[in-house]
Amino acid sequence: MTAIEGLTLGFSHALTLTNLGWALLGCFLGTAIGVLPGIGPALTIALLLPITFSVSATGAFILFCGVFYGAMYGGSTTSILLNTPGESGSIITSLEGSKMAKNGRAGPALATAAIGSFVAGTVGTLGIAFLGPIVVELALQLGPAEYFCLMILCFVTVSAVLGGSALRGLTSLFFGLLLGLVGIDLQTGQPRLTFGIPELYDGVNVVLVAVALFAVGETLFLAWRHVEGKQEVLPVGSILMSKSDWKRSFWPWIRGAGVGFPFGVLPAGGTEMPTMLSYYMERKLVRPEHAKEFGTVGAIEGVAGPEAANNAAAAGVLVPMLTLGLPTSATAAIMLSAFQSYGIQPGPMLFTAQADLVWTLIASLFIANVMLVVLNLPLVGLWAKILKIPQPQLYAGILVFATIGTYGISNSVVDLMLLYGIGIIAMFMRRFDFPVAPVVIGMILGPMAEQAMRQALTISQGDWTTFITRPISLSILLIAVAALVGPRLYGAWVRRMAA
Amino acid sequence: MDRQHGGAARADLGAALFVLALGLAAVWQASVIPTTPLYAQVGPKAVPYLIAGALVAVGIGLLVVALRGGWSHGIEEMQDGAPFNLPALGLLLAGLLVNMALIVPFGFTVAATAQFPLVAAAFGSRAWLRDMGIAFVVALSAYALFVKLLGVNIGAGVVEGLIFGVQD
Repeated sequence: MTAIEGLTLGFSHALTLTNLGWALLGCFLGTAIGVLPGIGPALTIALLLPITFSVSATGAFILFCGVFYGAMYGGSTTSILLNTPGESGSIITSLEGSKMAKNGRAGPALATAAIGSFVAGTVGTLGIAFLGPIVVELALQLGPAEYFCLMILCFVTVSAVLGGSALRGLTSLFFGLLLGLVGIDLQTGQPRLTFGIPELYDGVNVVLVAVALFAVGETLFLAWRHVEGKQEVLPVGSILMSKSDWKRSFWPWIRGAGVGFPFGVLPAGGTEMPTMLSYYMERKLVRPEHAKEFGTVGAIEGVAGPEAANNAAAAGVLVPMLTLGLPTSATAAIMLSAFQSYGIQPGPMLFTAQADLVWTLIASLFIANVMLVVLNLPLVGLWAKILKIPQPQLYAGILVFATIGTYGISNSVVDLMLLYGIGIIAMFMRRFDFPVAPVVIGMILGPMAEQAMRQALTISQGDWTTFITRPISLSILLIAVAALVGPRLYGAWVRRMAA
Repeated sequence: MDRQHGGAARADLGAALFVLALGLAAVWQASVIPTTPLYAQVGPKAVPYLIAGALVAVGIGLLVVALRGGWSHGIEEMQDGAPFNLPALGLLLAGLLVNMALIVPFGFTVAATAQFPLVAAAFGSRAWLRDMGIAFVVALSAYALFVKLLGVNIGAGVVEGLIFGVQD
């Protein structure tokens, strides 16, 4: 199916009242949780996973994607008005955004962030629609051996390339892979890593781990580091952008979208790198008469570019997720597990076997973008009010919801103990700077990788060289090795040149 | 400064040892997986051994880094010098324990009503009664949302049963 045919089909399904309702609910919820510091889309979608038992797959995914996109929009509001990023992709936005807000220009900063998000979200979604079928064509040529190598590449990039330390990233990844192994082995029926506890035979629940990492661990860490005091929410003022604001924002939006999307598509994932890149790019390209605004009163280019990059990268993440079944962010990994709970096999077959679902989803992303601009610009005052929820009640509420969401799945105290236990580990992970996203990705992608590996070895009749004798899988593995070793070698080389 | 540095390195040593212990526990658990008579090119033990071994390896790597001075002193968030707030952490952990103790016999509305004020207190709130009121309403509406709107039965406790009737 071509992109145009697909989109026509998609819009015909997405524009029904029910699906519009799911999109609106998702956008609303997504913006709210994006605004609130301490909760992100990964946690929210995890807590919403139980609805997969009672809602149709299409409805649920429209909701999830609304939350996913909405959180990106909401995150910028927090970073501008509070100088505390609502989510990781907004860290850069707060650099210039909060300075603009301090100088009474919060309104235009919010407006350029929202419109930039819209531009980038639309560009990114077009990218999904047109790039998706092409990637699927290529992916259908891949066998289990190639798939396994692709997953290895994904593991390497999400844990060892991004972030502070490859060693700590890999530790997180292996911890996640270990969690993914717990339970009955599907091929042989043997219980693995269960410590003989029958409650663990079904495996560790994804919701539980996500909630432990993102809600319990985070709350514990914040309490541990808590300092009494109040945060000030800056006033919004008028959100109208002047003519010069529009002129100064336009190219940063386009450039930001152009930088962000490819980064999202690559199995490296993450929104930190493209937002940073966009920020430095705008700083270099800014007209000389506005250059001094950077870092002083706040330059609108420094909000427009990174915000667009953030949203385009978020859209890009959906390409490997929908076409290859490869999640490159924690949120994407949790969405992937939602596919599994519907019994839908993610991967290249998704575009053909579930064409209705995929294209309705993509069409809904366009609709969500429109809804989000409307929700975020005129209603920005409402979101600013949400920011005034006092910290104690906010975090207590998060923890109560986390407990309800986890205990509600199984009504088991063992799960609750696991939730709090992994939460305490997550607190120490924060303290010692171990990234948490690789845990989620490892846990969800790990079992799929093991399955692909065993399939490949069954086909090759136990010959392990199958991974290095097939040209495509060998090249993917070489890229993975280069991604792992390359930066270190380069660093060593730079140090030697300096010495 | 030097003493602080030493303390951070000791903490890193603890983290490294924890990872190592986790790896060793995984090796032990991998070794007790029953071997199966079923035919399979790769048995159920191969991947667990691989990952357990990898965890042991990164644990040793972290140990080496920790012994060479650790990595904590390089973390930005640790450098602003704010001391760790142990009373707050204690209150929060108490909140978790209370919840685990109450949730089975009384259901989560009661458990949440006890947990919420403790967590809020960890973040500086002292309005115990008001916090308990908020918790009661929030927990009960969450229950209503899941059971009535989404049709997901999350198990009724004492209060939920009294108000909404017992679900099957």
